[in-house]
Amino acid sequence: MELSGAQIIWECLIREGADTVFGYPGGTVINLYDALLDYPAIHHVLARHEQGACHMADGYSRASGRTGVVIATSGPGAMNLVTGLANAMLDSIPMVAITGQVRSNLLGTDAFQEIDVTGVTLPITKHNYLVQRPEDIAPAIREAFAVARTGRPGPVLVDITTDAQKARTRFNWEAGVPQRHLRHIPKEPAEASLEQACKLITHAKRPVILAGHGVRLSGAETELIALAEKLNIPVITTLLGISDLPASHPLNMGMLGMHGESWTNKAVQESDLIIAMGMRFDDRVTGDLKTFAPHAKKIHVDVDQSEIDKNVKVDVPIVADLRAVLTALLPRLETMEHADWLSQIRSTKGEAQAEAILSHEGLIQAPQVIHEIWKATEGKALMVTDVGQHQMWEAQYYKHEVGLITSGGLGTMGFGLPAAIGAKMGRPDREVWIVAGDGGFQMNIQELMTIIQEGLKVNIAVVNNGYLGMVRQWQELFYDKRYASTPILSPDFVKVAAAYGIAGETVSRYEDLAPAIQRARAASGSYLVEFRVEPELSVFPMVPAGASLHDMLRRPARAKSAAKKKGAQR
Amino acid sequence: MSHVFVVYTDDEPGVLNRVTSLFRRRGFNIHSLTVGPTEHSGVSRMTIVVETDELGAKLAHAHLEKLFNVQRVEQLSRFPSIVRDLVLLRVKADPDIRPQIMQLATAFRAAVVDIAADSLILECTGSAGKIDALLDVMRPYGILEIGRTGAVAMARGAGFYGVQSSYTASESITPQR
Repeated sequence: MELSGAQIIWECLIREGADTVFGYPGGTVINLYDALLDYPAIHHVLARHEQGACHMADGYSRASGRTGVVIATSGPGAMNLVTGLANAMLDSIPMVAITGQVRSNLLGTDAFQEIDVTGVTLPITKHNYLVQRPEDIAPAIREAFAVARTGRPGPVLVDITTDAQKARTRFNWEAGVPQRHLRHIPKEPAEASLEQACKLITHAKRPVILAGHGVRLSGAETELIALAEKLNIPVITTLLGISDLPASHPLNMGMLGMHGESWTNKAVQESDLIIAMGMRFDDRVTGDLKTFAPHAKKIHVDVDQSEIDKNVKVDVPIVADLRAVLTALLPRLETMEHADWLSQIRSTKGEAQAEAILSHEGLIQAPQVIHEIWKATEGKALMVTDVGQHQMWEAQYYKHEVGLITSGGLGTMGFGLPAAIGAKMGRPDREVWIVAGDGGFQMNIQELMTIIQEGLKVNIAVVNNGYLGMVRQWQELFYDKRYASTPILSPDFVKVAAAYGIAGETVSRYEDLAPAIQRARAASGSYLVEFRVEPELSVFPMVPAGASLHDMLRRPARAKSAAKKKGAQR
Repeated sequence: MSHVFVVYTDDEPGVLNRVTSLFRRRGFNIHSLTVGPTEHSGVSRMTIVVETDELGAKLAHAHLEKLFNVQRVEQLSRFPSIVRDLVLLRVKADPDIRPQIMQLATAFRAAVVDIAADSLILECTGSAGKIDALLDVMRPYGILEIGRTGAVAMARGAGFYGVQSSYTASESITPQR
């Protein structure tokens, strides 16, 4: 069957199961979009900015577990994907980006809208391709999907010249069976490592499991819970590990790290065994490496060999797919109790958080917003956040039963709104909330139009404190309150939403919180609530960058007054 | 210390860029890098010499293996191996001292490959140490130009080496011996 390169691209996407794609047309993908009209099976979501499209594909992938697809034109279109690709790369999200490129005879000539896209995206993709012939399109796209999903997932970019899209060739799907990715299929866990791990686990008195994003990426949630329950080992999660098990699970102790809770960070520091699963000892997780978990032996399970010993020297590395490792470990281990250890951690769990949201005087405290959304949704909403203070408060105060989608590795402001759109399209059955700050929300605010265009129901909480809050917090704590460029003006968010066709309201009193959240949920369409909150509240606990994990700035006793008068207490 | 990697890659445009980019972003200085074809078409072989500590070498190895176009990596500094460099050397040589230089060259088993009125070109293969020694000896006569390939390396002995069959190669990260 003779098809144009453009038609071949769609044929491949359909066969790879990509029925929803996100993108933005332009000169070098005009052939591709022309052919799209003949493929009604594909739902193309027109974003308002390529960065938005890229984060949508990312959010779609995180919510649905499928490979996200984003399309952009050459030059500026492809450059606008860069942040989104980097975000997906650092959080290991399987994605395929298809970009148009100038005619092959113009390559390297600085032609109109020509950029060396494979060069620019080399370090922020798992792999990329420059395709100049129509017959090379199908093999490249097939391999791209295979690479994106194999081993540690990640984004793959396929840059296709206009002449390759235009020319016709015989479409041969079967001939393009990908093979080279087979080199990167994870190996079975090594027998010796499993035995060593079992020995350490059997002898540990104060073990903790550190669960990261890898649990979800490997689809090992059930196995993780089974192992934790059999051995009665507390599970402490990273930010991206929050989705690994329900917050209500009795062994889930919460998040660790820079804004982790005191009881989790303390448990890690006092533990005698760390079982790290699909997490990479990021500096936001470990604090000072020299004093990190000094008494603990370490077992590190990761599918990526290059993560082993990168930050923390481990005693037993197991390089394999996490699910395979958990499945192999389960029958080898006997039931254990760890009653004293568990009750030691549980004795302080939750107290500090509860106190911080008690006071209902004066301005709304941002954690109260999160707490009320949690109460209303019973923890069952699919939460999507932007980046900053609200992101940390969301992680602390929303008790996730379903899942959290957030930008972990790159910390990309502007991620939340488009990612939530992608997430809702990936899981239309879920109630989706986006929590964003006043700063980040303005970074991709144009995607409000995409919500209306797609007829989506998402609930938007803009936590407005009038500052770029996380930077302001650092300025307060470490830069003598010199607030350089962190006070930020915002438009009337409710009016902006209304202009896009989205209903909403502003809330500035505590007693209006719950009713507003209820109205948002009950509204037939998307709904935006702007919460005007205490401007100078900081996220606690906090481990200052480079400090030891146990060396936390704790929540001031009475959140507001103490923070204002004395600054934070050690 | 210096670490020697032999890397088998797909013979495709851009692969060299991917490999060097990996070292660049981690701030490793590549001491030398050579690329050439192998006994199998479609497969290239690189010899890379990098200055780094043990952990750096271990991570570099893991990162090389992660590159999609990399088929196999051997870390030769861990095994007895042969490392060779080739140098072309233009030395100032007026006719009266030419015999003296040629005699010295013989001692290094260097070949005279070109003779001009006032200079000659020597070609010498050997370990980096041997070539450095040759350069030291020639320096007093006046070295006009040096062209050096950088290391090409191969493990000694009867291990399972070379390009392995199809795409299952990454199983043996390091040679089994």
